[in-house]
Amino acid sequence: MKAAAFDYVKPKALSDALSLLKQGGDDARLIAGGQTLLATLNMRLSEPSVLIDITDVEELKGISVIGDQLRIGALVTHTEIEDSDLVAKHAPLLKAAAPHIAHRAIRNLGTWGGSLAYGDPAAEWPACSLALQATMVIHGPAGERKVSAKDFFIDLYTTALESDEILVATEIPLAPSNQVFYFHELARRHGDYAVAGLAAVAQKDGNILNNCAFTFFSVSSTPVMAIAAQDLINGKTLNSELIAKAVNAVRDEIDAIADITNSAEAKKHLIGVLLERGLRHLVA
Amino acid sequence: MSLKKKISMTVNGNLVNAEVEPRRHLVDFLREDLHLKGPHLGCEQGACGACTVKVDGQIIRGCLYLAVQADGCVVETVEGLTKSGVLADLQESFMRHNAMQCGFCSSGMLLAAAELIEKQPKANREEVREWISGNYCRCTGYHSIVDAIVDVLDARAKGQKIKPVSAHA
Repeated sequence: MKAAAFDYVKPKALSDALSLLKQGGDDARLIAGGQTLLATLNMRLSEPSVLIDITDVEELKGISVIGDQLRIGALVTHTEIEDSDLVAKHAPLLKAAAPHIAHRAIRNLGTWGGSLAYGDPAAEWPACSLALQATMVIHGPAGERKVSAKDFFIDLYTTALESDEILVATEIPLAPSNQVFYFHELARRHGDYAVAGLAAVAQKDGNILNNCAFTFFSVSSTPVMAIAAQDLINGKTLNSELIAKAVNAVRDEIDAIADITNSAEAKKHLIGVLLERGLRHLVA
Repeated sequence: MSLKKKISMTVNGNLVNAEVEPRRHLVDFLREDLHLKGPHLGCEQGACGACTVKVDGQIIRGCLYLAVQADGCVVETVEGLTKSGVLADLQESFMRHNAMQCGFCSSGMLLAAAELIEKQPKANREEVREWISGNYCRCTGYHSIVDAIVDVLDARAKGQKIKPVSAHA
């Protein structure tokens, strides 16, 4: 199908993009990589009257280390994350996750900020940003504000972003030297959205994990943290008995939602499978 | 409402000036306005990969990119890349392995494979499969396509070129 007609503008400055967004109201959409938006336009699931192309806005670009934070600009593509030495060093979970995002031709255009702002609970970046305790840097008419990933993902495709705001970048604490990580997703075809997935980080000391963050995606209306399982694992020697307890805990704790082909029960089962594999990998 | 925008880009080495509606995606622009029939249009929602073209040196989905977004860019299609010879050994290998049936997916497969060879010259068979998982072949000829790509990777690793069996016009 073909998209309905719309106008197209390409501001150069963040301030211009913000005023165009305010002017356009509900009929305006930001476009960056457009790898979800274009598909919805082609299917006429969305019919905005104007697209505001923000890909020329310099403030939204680049990966850098500022103090003890890794700053990833909203316009950074999935490929740039996949290929970045800074990311590999300071947020290796993201490097492990990147190849699971769709396919290279899509990763070449799709952006970090676009994925976060869209808030798809089946997507990889929302879950990773939650696991890594990222902070979202947001600009709006009132200036800058920061929101933690924990408070950013509110519901299905719903984030803390207001309609007149733009996600500018994300700040991620640099990985400590004893950080271990695990990323895995179960999908029907490599690159498709996961049936269930896990993004996990922890600090490892021998067979003991601390500061565990286990984030599941594609199982609920937002990415979800396995708080009870994390509390069970933190600070204790990891053995088969503890892993079995954590698997039971996570299945009790997470209220999985069925999708078109997979029941809630199947997802609940897979959550446990992923956690067990993840824990065995983290202490291996 | 007339919302046409003036755009200018380099397509297969030629400077192109045009006026397009913003809603026109790149593959429709290439096929309908420039009569380049190499990039194919399959699903129009980013799933099949038949529309794969290169913009500024990277493969993209031509159906998930607007012609207006390509303003000022360098666009390459299978036609231009065939002429330049960069796909020659892949194309030869595809023919040797009969890595096509109807051929609808071939231009997208070739462009995706070329970027794999450039970015991951040491890719193993599993990585080749993962990489081209974004390109559907509805004749289900995947096995021979993987064979063809793996052969080119092997040949390049040994510094060899896959030589044509017969001369092509």
